[in-house]
Amino acid sequence: MHGITFDVAHMLAGSLVLVSFLQLYQDRLYALLNIYALHALVLALSVAWQAYVQQAPHLYVTAAIALLFKAIIIPVALHRIIVRLGIHREIEKVVGVGPAMLLGMGLVALAMVVMLRVTMEADPLAREDLAFALSVVLLGLLMMVTRRNAVGQVVGFMSLENGLVLAATGAKGMPLVVEISIAFSILIAFIVIGIFLFRIRERFDTVDLQALDRFRGERP
Amino acid sequence: MALIADFAVQGAQMLVVLLLAPLLTGVVRKTKARLLRRRGPSVVQPYRDLVRLMRKEVVLAETASWLFRVIPYLVFAATWVAASLVPTFRAGLLFSWSADLIAIIALLGSARFFLALAGLDVGTSFGGIGSSREVMIASLAEPAMIMIVFTLALVVGSTQLSTMAGFLLSPAVGLRVSLGLALIALIMVAIAENARIPVDNPATHLELTMVHEAMVLEYSGRHLALIELSASLKLLLYVSLIACLFVPWGLSAPGTGFAAVAVGALAYAGKLVGGGILLALFETSIAKMRVFRVPEFLGAALMLGLLATLLLFVSRSL
Repeated sequence: MHGITFDVAHMLAGSLVLVSFLQLYQDRLYALLNIYALHALVLALSVAWQAYVQQAPHLYVTAAIALLFKAIIIPVALHRIIVRLGIHREIEKVVGVGPAMLLGMGLVALAMVVMLRVTMEADPLAREDLAFALSVVLLGLLMMVTRRNAVGQVVGFMSLENGLVLAATGAKGMPLVVEISIAFSILIAFIVIGIFLFRIRERFDTVDLQALDRFRGERP
Repeated sequence: MALIADFAVQGAQMLVVLLLAPLLTGVVRKTKARLLRRRGPSVVQPYRDLVRLMRKEVVLAETASWLFRVIPYLVFAATWVAASLVPTFRAGLLFSWSADLIAIIALLGSARFFLALAGLDVGTSFGGIGSSREVMIASLAEPAMIMIVFTLALVVGSTQLSTMAGFLLSPAVGLRVSLGLALIALIMVAIAENARIPVDNPATHLELTMVHEAMVLEYSGRHLALIELSASLKLLLYVSLIACLFVPWGLSAPGTGFAAVAVGALAYAGKLVGGGILLALFETSIAKMRVFRVPEFLGAALMLGLLATLLLFVSRSL
């Protein structure tokens, strides 16, 4: 129907959505980090394939950045943070797995309906990438909403950013300077979040963010 | 003459599934034992068990009705028919026009319905627990299975297994993430349906965890033999279903000669052994989950099926 180029791109982008769902399903922090690393790996593969298809060498750099920072450095660092915070055995969620999955399916359907309608005259490859990227972004947001643990929310935020990168590469790539600066700002955001995690823990003896709600007086 | 040959091949397939089913169970048990560093019974032990059970006297509960006595035969017949409809070594057999995926699901569903009735029939509490849990699992596994069928039917344009296998063998399939999702979902459903480890433990008689075993606790003698044989057949059915849909290579096409059939038979044997070993590996590497977590597990299968359909919808509409 579309040939192997489209099929491979479709498969990789679809796998990214699937890995987002795996993140949503996983309730243990270590496993969550492993899946996040997998998410970044799939993203790197997907971007590399786009680079090959569009014959845009700078996208290979994007893929390398995704691989190096997101698949290796950030998971390892988060891993160490979890060990140092001593929260590696915690399992908690606001919404259960079932409702979260259903919500996620709804969001994916929404993303597809919206994106496929909006991008009528674009290239099929870009349309499909945009649809999947929007689903990954929405799933990342959903994950940030359904987690109480700060580390879980950080992972949700990072996977959301992966979705943005996928969208950017699908739309004929973005300038390398922008890409590198985004990568670094993510890294800096990550460092800031890491420091905040320790500050939150020092103050409240927990990284459960509902403690903050109580502190602000929103919850009795 | 051609009709007789067709009949012969179809009959051979029916016999093959019946004869190989206990062997597959034996291979799984043996592999599991070896993985746990036990020696384990020989791979032909399930045959010996069946023969021994066949010779034993049937002990019936006083409260058992006629239904209780009839059900093993019903269950066995339905499962056997379903198992022999799945293409094993050759596609396009005589009865393949009826080898519809939905028909197979319906056959298995009715077998399960009768087994659940049998669990309730005697009126013991274990039978009741087993039936209620089995029905709970089934009510979640069947929608997931239907979603998988839906995905496959959308890709192939048919629900007939021979046609599906033929299409999936042809280069027209391409590379589809939906098929991968459907495969994972089908494996999850197969694990749940066959009462394998994360969902149920086929080797346990512990009150709190058993599902399938609790239902058939009251059976003995030849009735139990038939029920065990149909459980083995069901396992074989799912392994051949996965093999026929997702690893169809080696399946001999209709109208080819003896050599192709021999290759098909060899490939089928290889797929069965491979499937059995993979199942044993999976089972030893995972712990059984609580009964109340089963909905999550099967919900994930349903979700995968839904996602596969959605992705297919995207690639279609472009």
